[in-house]
Amino acid sequence: MKHFLSSLLIAATVACAALPSPTARAADDITMGFIYVGPKDDYGYNQAHAEGAAGVAKLPGIKTVEEASVPETIAVQETMKDMIVQDGATALFPTSFGYFDPHILKLAKQFPQVQFFHCGGMYVEGKHPKNVGSYFGYIDEAEYLSGIVAGLTSKTHKLGFIAAKPIPQVLRNINSFTLGARSVKPETTVQVIFTGDWSMPVKEAESANSLIDQGVDVLTCHVDSPKVIIATAEKRGIYCCGYHASQAAIAPKGYLTGAEWDWTHVYSYYADAVKAGKTLMDGSIPHLVRGGLKDGFVKLSPYGPAVSDEAKTAAEAAKARFMDGSMVVYKGELKDNTGAVVIPAGTEMKQQDINLEKMGWLVEGVIGSTK
Amino acid sequence: MSAGESLGLWGVPVAVLAGAVRGGTPFLFVSVGECLTEKSGKINLGLEGVLLMGAMSAYAVSCQTGSPWVGVAAAGCAGMLLGAIHAWLSQRQRVNDIAVGIAMIVFGSGLAFFFGKPYIQPLATQLPSLGFANWSGNPAVRSAFRICPLFFLGVAAAFAMRWFFKSTRWGLYIRAVGDKPDAARAMGISVVKVRTLSIMAGSFLAGIGGAYLSLFYPGSWTERISGGQGIMAVALVIFARWNPVQCLWASLLFGGAQALGPALQGVGVSSYYYLFNASPYILTLVVMIATCSTKQTLAGAPGALGSGT
Amino acid sequence: MRTNGTSPADLVLQAACRPALATRHCKTTGPGMSEIQTEPAAPVASPAAGPKLPSLMSRRWRGMLEAVAIPAGAIFVSIILFGFFCAVNGANPFAVYASINKAAFASWYAWQETLVRAAPLMLCALCTAIPIRLGLVIIGNEGALVIGGLFATAAGLAVPHASPLATQIVMAGAGMLCGGLWIMIVGALKYFRGVNETISGLLMNYIAIAILNQMVNGPMRDPSSLNKPSSYPIPDEKMLQPIGSTSIHWGLVYGIVACVIVWFLVHHTTFGFKMRTIGGNIRAARIAGLPVGSVTLIACFIAGALPGLAGMVEVAAVNGSANESLNAWYGNSGILVAFLARQNALAVIVVSILLGGLLASGGILQRVHHLPDATTLVFQGLVFLVILFSESLYGRWKIFQEKAA
Repeated sequence: MKHFLSSLLIAATVACAALPSPTARAADDITMGFIYVGPKDDYGYNQAHAEGAAGVAKLPGIKTVEEASVPETIAVQETMKDMIVQDGATALFPTSFGYFDPHILKLAKQFPQVQFFHCGGMYVEGKHPKNVGSYFGYIDEAEYLSGIVAGLTSKTHKLGFIAAKPIPQVLRNINSFTLGARSVKPETTVQVIFTGDWSMPVKEAESANSLIDQGVDVLTCHVDSPKVIIATAEKRGIYCCGYHASQAAIAPKGYLTGAEWDWTHVYSYYADAVKAGKTLMDGSIPHLVRGGLKDGFVKLSPYGPAVSDEAKTAAEAAKARFMDGSMVVYKGELKDNTGAVVIPAGTEMKQQDINLEKMGWLVEGVIGSTK
Repeated sequence: MSAGESLGLWGVPVAVLAGAVRGGTPFLFVSVGECLTEKSGKINLGLEGVLLMGAMSAYAVSCQTGSPWVGVAAAGCAGMLLGAIHAWLSQRQRVNDIAVGIAMIVFGSGLAFFFGKPYIQPLATQLPSLGFANWSGNPAVRSAFRICPLFFLGVAAAFAMRWFFKSTRWGLYIRAVGDKPDAARAMGISVVKVRTLSIMAGSFLAGIGGAYLSLFYPGSWTERISGGQGIMAVALVIFARWNPVQCLWASLLFGGAQALGPALQGVGVSSYYYLFNASPYILTLVVMIATCSTKQTLAGAPGALGSGT
Repeated sequence: MRTNGTSPADLVLQAACRPALATRHCKTTGPGMSEIQTEPAAPVASPAAGPKLPSLMSRRWRGMLEAVAIPAGAIFVSIILFGFFCAVNGANPFAVYASINKAAFASWYAWQETLVRAAPLMLCALCTAIPIRLGLVIIGNEGALVIGGLFATAAGLAVPHASPLATQIVMAGAGMLCGGLWIMIVGALKYFRGVNETISGLLMNYIAIAILNQMVNGPMRDPSSLNKPSSYPIPDEKMLQPIGSTSIHWGLVYGIVACVIVWFLVHHTTFGFKMRTIGGNIRAARIAGLPVGSVTLIACFIAGALPGLAGMVEVAAVNGSANESLNAWYGNSGILVAFLARQNALAVIVVSILLGGLLASGGILQRVHHLPDATTLVFQGLVFLVILFSESLYGRWKIFQEKAA
């Protein structure tokens, strides 16, 4: 019996030795750490980042470590510390907005040699530590183009937008979508429903059905995972525009186009910079890295089968103006949906304008309230 | 692509009615299942994990086999498996129901998320729906009254269960075990066996509720597909006084309440939506306060269900 | 209704049994839903029967050995099971074990991570562990934490000119007061209206979270919090500082002190005696003239004040402002900790550290072994289930039972 047990133990150990152990990293690999607030395969926000990280992991000399479903509590501080101390990461990419204050700021002070790149654009010169940087994409440019296509495809001229919360990033997307649609069809209205949180599939489905019952025939959204909304739109037989990543596979008939991130592009930029020895601390990597369609930070999904040639032409024309820098989406005179003037006549707010980051209003043509 | 005329303010009652049925079906299955479990004297808080596991297995099997009904069956079996674990563990001496329930939520969700990772991208064949308003010219109305056959199965289950408790021998055994287990034991009924079967059957129904979520409405598998419905169902059962048919009405009520918030926003009423979202819970609490009393134990409560549920 | 047939005399005997560990042999396990035993309970050991040694002593060391060996065995078994799970999914279990150890317990750095996560669990677990002595199964910990954190923030913001210490005191007071009142409502509903406390606690959780969201997105919102709606922040200099040069904040000390105080309260004070008497047999307690109502309300208040304090610590030591991050499943984990610790406040400290270690090791499983994030949930679930199973093994093995005289 004893012999049997000991041989069993030996066999088990040998079998386990055959299983893969974590591989050691090459001495001069740069380790980049990615942290996601939700699961990596959510068909949305976190997946877009994960795809970017996967893209950059293929580059020579770069190793990535990732951790998903890290809440915005002390847990993310622990994760960041672990990545630095245990995994030797020298560049961290915590991808959720809520990680910035206080978590990144606190860790940045503790580890001045590690670079922290936050997705969200919060960095303020002088106020925040030098080893912190921000990056973000002007996805509202892609939303504008989405709006153009939606506006020209809609038969009822009623568009629907299901949003999580009335925060500036979301409001900017709603407004850009609306402005794009109204630039080609001024009678278009966009109806907004706020679900209250980033991921609420039942509420999202109910909202989609309510909007469609009100006559909406193109739906889009800003939630963590657009899967449910796109699937509901397809079931009800209306059009939809995607967000974060391409959901065309879910809605083969109704998917028009969508606003997507291209994080691989951004992360490759950072990877190259870090490999070349550039740092935030000495200023060789800019603290605020933002870009839109022109810089390849965001992209438009390929057009679906229902998009007419007219819509394609209009969208491509607008896209060209984004590419050559001549397009300004937010220029006066612009009123919000209560009638107040939010951008006076003659003023232009370019994409980097800080006021756009604090947006708290919904533009004229949007049915809904930020309260 | 079809688009209907707007329903205007009619959109709100239509959404609430439609929401009552399509949002209430998972509540219906889970609460009827929990009702069965509680009638036998045990509480199963772990149904949240069962719901997720059911949703995941239904979706996965439907993806693999192309048949949603096989997926539903798989969900029921997954539920039974988790129920078996719960039954075995919670009936051991000194082991507390509530603790096992919460541990099962963690374990069940962990398993569901773990094995469900490869199924988030693919699309599964959905359950069919029957149209009940195909006479209407308005596509919105037509679509609001597309009801899944599972709803009717759930309704049938609720009525069947009421008859079962009132008029069959096994129903009597379950009630006996739930009210006075010592007397049941004296009668020669195996309390352990009856409770185990009740818990497993209850979890089977809850698993089917999960299948509905991922294969009909909202009709997708993601990790957040269940919004606490498993836990709500326990409150629902009390709300419904352990009567399966009243569970049906309560489920419809909760389903309708869920749809109310977005429907009101659809017509422009949009303040206080967080509190709106909490309305089912507030409603349950108010009803419980109004109807409970220390003078009598809650009418219908199984006697062995802890201290005066 | 409890059908326990003990007489008041037995009751006094049971309540007098000390220490807490020995009560396992005195009465059936804490009142709760699974009170109905399918087999007769373990033999009641009265002080009269016993071996040659002073009976309390011998029962004590065997009892203590059992109380350590069985949970340790359970943890060992669950680790083995988890190893199988990992192996089946392509990860080397021994490497996984090494990583878990590395992340949770292998170095002072790892210990700090574990302790930081254990701190809120200790306070939250007491919310369940205290009322259960009265026979109430309350699971409203999450709600009390959220309400405590919210009102602590409001209080801290309301005294902008106070010194850091005064701000801390005000915030802690507000957090404890509001958390305490929240659970007192649950207790009052049970006492005055007979509303089941488990369900009402659950519902109150959801209501508390809705209030948090409404306030933080509405009246209390700081406009500059932009994409993450939060209340106005507590200024840095007024926040709760870490202990010395570690990364652990004072919340850990609050937790340990609270556990010790509660243990003392339950086992060595008259109030605790009253609580346990009511928990043992409420009718006998009433007959004996105990003020069941006021004991219930006070106990529930204390039970709610502690997660309220945990909520305040989350704001004052970690987040700096009230926002949705307060809703972080600490409360529900606290329920499990309470049950795994068998409602013993001192054991809560140990179990919280264990759970803290489990949580601390979640990250390394993802980063190094490429297991999905759900793996840590499976691991936690396994550990909980096996430990709960092991509860039923007490009194089964002769080696742990006292020898006959």
